[in-house]
Parts: sequence; C-alpha cells; structure tokens
Amino acid sequence: MNRTPVKEQGRGKERRRSTAKKLKPGTATGNVFGSTNSSQPQFHPCLLLDMCHYFKQPLCPCLSSEQESSEDGDKEGEGEDEEVEEEEEEVEKEVRPETLTPEELEKLKEAVDDKKKLIQALRGKPWPMKKKHSTLRESQEFLEKYEGALGKGKGRKLYAYKVMMNKKWMKFKRDFENFTTACIPWEMKIKEIESHFGSSVASYFIFLRWMYGINMILFDNIGTVPRAEETNAMDFAVLWDFGGYAQYSVLFYGYYNSQRAIGWLKFRMPLSYFLVGVGTVAYSYMVVIRKMARNANETGGGDENSFNFSWKTFTSWDYLIGNPETADNKFASITTSFKEAILEEQESRKDDNIHLTRFLRVLANFLVLCCLAGSGYLIYFVVRRSQKFALEGFENHTWWERNEVNMVMSLLGMFCPMLFDVISALENYHPRVALQWQLGRIFALFLGNLYTFIIALMDEINLKRKEEDVVQFNMTMWEASLHNNTADNSTAPPLFTHPADVPRGPCWETMVGQEFVRLIISDTMTTYITLLIGDFLRAVLVRFLNYCWCWDLEAGFPSYSEFDVSGNVLGLIFNQGMIWMGAFYAPCLPALNVLRLHVSMYLQCWAVMCCNVPQERVFKASGSNNFYMAMLLVILFLSTLPAIYTIVTIPPSFDCGPFSGKARMFDVIQETLESDFPAWISKVFSYAANPGLVLPFMLLMVLAIYYLQSTSKSYKEANVELKKKLQMVN
Amino acid sequence: MGATASHLGKDLLSEYQVSNVQEPAHKRFTELLSREDKNLPDPRAPTEAILTLPELKSNPFRERIVRVFSTSESRDGLTFEDFLDLLSAFSDSATLEIKSHYAFRIFDFDDDGTLDENDLEKLVNCLTGETDETRLTPDEMKQLISNILEESDIDKDGTVNLSEFQHVISRSPDFVSSFKIVL
Repeated sequence: MNRTPVKEQGRGKERRRSTAKKLKPGTATGNVFGSTNSSQPQFHPCLLLDMCHYFKQPLCPCLSSEQESSEDGDKEGEGEDEEVEEEEEEVEKEVRPETLTPEELEKLKEAVDDKKKLIQALRGKPWPMKKKHSTLRESQEFLEKYEGALGKGKGRKLYAYKVMMNKKWMKFKRDFENFTTACIPWEMKIKEIESHFGSSVASYFIFLRWMYGINMILFDNIGTVPRAEETNAMDFAVLWDFGGYAQYSVLFYGYYNSQRAIGWLKFRMPLSYFLVGVGTVAYSYMVVIRKMARNANETGGGDENSFNFSWKTFTSWDYLIGNPETADNKFASITTSFKEAILEEQESRKDDNIHLTRFLRVLANFLVLCCLAGSGYLIYFVVRRSQKFALEGFENHTWWERNEVNMVMSLLGMFCPMLFDVISALENYHPRVALQWQLGRIFALFLGNLYTFIIALMDEINLKRKEEDVVQFNMTMWEASLHNNTADNSTAPPLFTHPADVPRGPCWETMVGQEFVRLIISDTMTTYITLLIGDFLRAVLVRFLNYCWCWDLEAGFPSYSEFDVSGNVLGLIFNQGMIWMGAFYAPCLPALNVLRLHVSMYLQCWAVMCCNVPQERVFKASGSNNFYMAMLLVILFLSTLPAIYTIVTIPPSFDCGPFSGKARMFDVIQETLESDFPAWISKVFSYAANPGLVLPFMLLMVLAIYYLQSTSKSYKEANVELKKKLQMVN
Repeated sequence: MGATASHLGKDLLSEYQVSNVQEPAHKRFTELLSREDKNLPDPRAPTEAILTLPELKSNPFRERIVRVFSTSESRDGLTFEDFLDLLSAFSDSATLEIKSHYAFRIFDFDDDGTLDENDLEKLVNCLTGETDETRLTPDEMKQLISNILEESDIDKDGTVNLSEFQHVISRSPDFVSSFKIVL
C-alpha cells in the first residue's frame, strides 16, 4: 500500500492535533478497541484521534481495508468519519510538544498508551488477518510519530534506539520460541496418534513426555555430584543381582565417602548429597503443584457438572480427528453419550429399590477390602521368606525364589485390577463414577503393596544394623591386633593394608537402593512383557486365526484390545512414586527411569498404532486431568515420607556413604551451620526453630486458610445473585 | 503462486507472528489451486478443493468452517490469507477468546449472531452423524435442546449469545485441546 504525501490531497486536511473531545460519545475508548460480540468490530483507527494525516485519502490503509473487506462495521465507521471530520476546526502544520496545551499533551499521552495496549492485545482479537495487519501498521506509525514527539526531541534518538532494540528482542524471542517448539521431541508421533485415537489417548503420551522431562532434570541434578571411574561390565547375572563390584560403584549410595571436602574444590560431599536430595524433592513438589494450579485456572475451578449438556454439544467434537473410521466411532460415541445423559437425567428423578443397590455396594466394598488385605499379607509373607533365603545364601535357590518379591508384586499389580473390575459389576454405578472407584481401588492396592514392601525392608535394615554392630566389634579387635603387631617391630615401616582387605561393614542404605532398583526393573519387564503378550500376540492371533474360526474374532470376543488410558497413567504415576522413594539411596534411579521412559515411549507408540483400536466409549479422561495430578502429588508426599523417616530416625552405617560416623543424617546441617557459616546465622536459625515462633506462625496460616475459604464462598454467592439479576433484567 | 503471494506471506511473518507453519501451509495451499489460478496475484482456492484436505475431510463442520473464514462476498473459497487465518485460529497459540469467537460463528448456522433452537438442532444433527440410525428422536432432541438452554441461557431469552457461549466454553477443560487443527 503506497502512501502519498498529504498536503496536496483532498480537502486540504493537514495534521490535526485535536483531541478526544472531538469524538462523539459513541466512539469512546470502550467501543474503539472493538467489541467481542459477533457483529464486526467498529474499530476505526482514524477515529481515535483525528490526527491521522491520511484521513479520507483513497490510499489510506484504513479506507482500503474498508473497501476490500465486506464488513458492515466499516461502512458504519466511514459514516462516522465524515461526521467527526465536519466538526473539525483547528488545523496545524506540525505537532510540536511545546505548542500543545497541557490537557492536549495529556490526551496525546493517553492515546499513545491506548495504541500500545492495542498492539499488545492484537493477538487475542478474533479479526481477519488483513484487519490485524492494517491496524498494526497504523498503530505503529502513529506511535513512531507521536511518541517520539512526546520525547521532546532530544529523547528522539534514544527512543528510536529503544524501539529498534525492542523489535530485535521480540524477533529473537519469537525465533527462540519457534526453535524450542521445533525441538520438542516426538511431536510428529503424538500428532499421528491424536488423529487416529483422539485427544484422550494422546494425553497419556503427552503426560509420558512430561514425566520424561522431569526425570531428565532430576538426573541432571544428581549428576552434579562428582563421579570417578565407571564400573566395569560384568556378566548379566551378577549385574542383575547388583552385587559384586557394582555394589560399590557410583550408582549407589555407598560409594560416596564421607570426606568433608574433596581436594581443591572443597566440595562438601555430605552436605551436597543431602541438599541435592532435598532439592530434588522440593523441585518435584513445585512442578506438580504448579501444573495443578495451572489446570485449575484453566478450568475456572469448580462447577464441573453444571454445564453437562452444553459441553457435550459444544466441545465434544475432536477437531484433530482425520481418519474416517475414528470419525464414525466418534459419532457413535457422541450419540450414545447424549442418549445416556438424557436417560440418566430422567432416571435421577425416580429411584427404585435403593436398598438392594446399597447392600450390593457394601458387599462389593467388603470384597475389595478382603482383596487388599490378602495381597498385603502375601507380600509380607514373601519378603520374610526372601530374608530367610538371604540368610541361607542366595546360591542355593532357584531364580524364582531369589526374585520372588518383585515378581509377586508385579503379578499382583496385574491381576488385582481385573478382579476389581469384576467386583464392580455388582455395584451398578454410572460409568464415570465406576471409573473413579476403580482408579481409587487400584491406587489403594499399589499403595498398600508399596508400604508393605517398605515395612518388610525395615526389618531387613534392622537386621543389617545388628550385623554392623558385630562387624564393628570385630574391626576393633582386628585393629587392636594390628597395633600389637606394629608395636613389636617399631623400626619396621608402617604397615599398609590393601584397601580391599579391610573388612567393610554392611551398608544398609545400599541394600535399600539395590532392592528398589531390582523392583523397578522387574516392574518394567513385566509391563513390557504384558504389552507384548496381551496386545501384540492377541492382535496377531485375532488377525490370523480369524480365517479359520467359527465366529468372527474381530467383532466378538476377544477382538483387538483398546488402549487403557487410565490404567497406563496410573502405572506411570506409581513408577514415578517408586523412583522418588528410592532416589535418595540409589542416585542412579532417575537415570534408569529416563532410559525406561524413552524406551516406553517408542514401544507404546508402536503398540498403539499397530495393535489397538480406538475406544468405543470415549470418556473424558482428560477432564480428570487434575485428578491425575492430585494423585501424583499424593504419591510424591507418601514416597518422601519413608525417606524422611529413615533420615530422621535411623543412624547411618558407620562405614559407607557420605553420612557415615554421624548419629543422624541431618546432623550434617548442624555441623555446617556451626563451622562454616558466621555465628549470627546459626543464632538466627536457633531463634527460628524456637517453638514460641513456630506455633504462632502455624496459627497464622490456619487463619489465612479460613479467611480465603470464606472469601471464596462469598464470591460464589455473589455469582448466583448476579445470575438472578441478569434474568430479571430481561 | 506468484511472487506476490509468497512476498505477502513473508511480510506477515516479519510483522506479526502467525504461526510457525508458514512454508508448509503455503505448499499445501498451492496444491489446492487449479493451474490457471496459480498465476493470479491473489488466488482463491475453491471450497470443493479445500474440503478434500485430510484434516477437514472427516470434520462434520467443514463446510461451516470454510464459510466462516472466507472473505469473499459469496462466502466461497479461501485466499491464502484466509487459509492462514484458519490455521492461526485453530493453532495451539490462539487464545481461548479467539477460539470461542470462531467456534460461535461456526455453530451459528443462520449467521444471525445468536444460537437459537434451529441452530442447536442442526448442530446436534451434525454431531450425531449422517445416518438415520444414529440420529436422536424428535423427543430426545427437544429434551436435549431445552437442557442446553437451561444451562447456558443466563438471561433466558431463548437463545445463546456470544457472551453466554464464551462463559460456558471458558469453564470447559477440553475445549482448547480439542479445538485444534494441525497441518
């Protein structure tokens, strides 16, 4: 679009410096920036201030956009243009800040600010590209012209420089954002899955990718602790048991020695280990809570069921679907969900035979409790048995007996949910409610198993500690005998004992770490094997046996399997819980998890595309997004509890790890405070830890929570009042 | 596919970030044009060609989408700018306000600025598929529409206007993630 100089054109209008007082009331700022109602926005840049010196020119960008687009609002704008123009009186050649009166200067400043805001808000306006483009250029020219003028001439160069730097910065930010978006891994894979299976299945993979990111960061965190050489490769059996050399490797807790400062770095090993542990936990909490808050913000909080039908109508179609088969499925599921919802609403008005339903539900819950208790006992029993085996020496037993605990836990995790599914048929709930009950029960199952496992581990820890005492006793004897020997030949050189000969005490922390790693590896293996057998083999059988079978395998039983979003998400969350639990004792766990998630991503993407069919009933699993986040938070909390308990109560091994020799692990903090920091800091801390300070602080927080809750209640009531008012107005 | 079209594209990119799919979008767009049209300065792809895009082919609202984004008088066919508008509104970076605005226009079958019972009925019929078996019975339809209006029509005037629509949509957790088209 060309611009020709103003002066020779049209009605001889030149730059005006008139102000907003020339505007008619209808064109006040509220309307000028466009409205969000469905009729075309009435914004016309020239209207804001009659300072546009391309006013009424055929080449004015505002006018040419009017001509090109066929919107009504523009014609209206044009009409208004003329009216305002006729009210014009003053004419000025150029704008100089000195020639403007203070109010006009003020109004000019306002106009400049408004333009700036408009430019920033431009992105969010639902206008066609052309309009946005022309508005943007208009506003930018306006700003260049008048903001510089406001800068009183001297500041002009600085202002121009600022503007240029700003532009460059925006461009850099944009390029960087583009680059990072292009770098997001697995984007194309997830897009393909989205178009075939819809957004709820894809949401599982997006969650997986997010977990991968978190574990990468945890892994980097832990990697800052310096490492020496790597372990040698050993054969698989020994590696599997994580015995032998690997036991003393960098992977486990026992490697890090308790020297206070390493070499010239003065790197404080114990403190750093402790702080890294605390840091990773705090980071995980922060990330999960932040995501929850963001989700809660987006959903507008609360009121989930009050727009049931409207949401089904307006938001149920998934625009990412590009596959006709998926589209047909979606049509069917939408129809079903409409019919169900209508039926449910009619039925909720009448309830029959409520006593039978209640009895059945109580029975079902009782059965589930029995299941949970049974599985808990089974795990306890198996762990005790494996302790017995350990005492007898592992070599005497078969592979199964050695890995009994892990196998049992994985198998329970596989079969109990199916059992719960069968039991829930008694209950006769609405499918969404039934899904929530199911998830809750699986949650309880995993939690129970994990805690039983930990309690059993506690017994082993105590056993190891008793062993420690024995070894310590033996060590003192051995050292005493060494001294006796050297005392005899005082002229001989001091005796050097090879480090490997020194008897090492048992290290219960490493043992705990080993157990966790073993558990996680067996869990992973079980998942992959069930995936291959359950999905892949089944699909192959159905496909090829269909030719020679009596009934249609594909349509009836067993048919292809569906992708179980909720089950998989739960598995992911529990896996993460185990990682968090064990990360303090086996720093290699996040690294292992990163590897595992990487492999999972590819394996599951392939399995989903190859063996699964789109779900027939599409539950808004994504709607319970915060449900999964809440579970993740609970798991995080519950997994850090055991670690905290052990840090606080159990004394560390005397011979291994960064905390050896201390009475309790957190003594390291006290030591650091006393020796390395100036005296006033420790005084401050001792004041802060005073109960007289802590109790009032807690009271204050309780009061704050109560206040916030009552405020939110009053807001809800205000909402209801306003709605009533709207109805009365009409 | 004259120089003007690509120059226009780059111009937009430099001044106003649309999305990061400029080049592939242009390629896909020019594939839809007929040979004579390619040499025009501002070509317009016909509606039938656009409806063959795989991303739109299975969408029950595809015709409405083309109509809404088209800037020609007969609401038929999209220029490249219109096409970019479409992609931008359906992209990840579009705000909830933009998406709900366009969703409202798409659902407004008679283009009168509000969603009345006829619009809602046509909307539900689109959603339940074309065949007769999957459609709702007239009774169910009436019940459904009255439920919708009861939930969303705050001022009880019998229609859903843009602000009411946006109010409902802003509370929905799935809308933004499902109102997406990616090339």
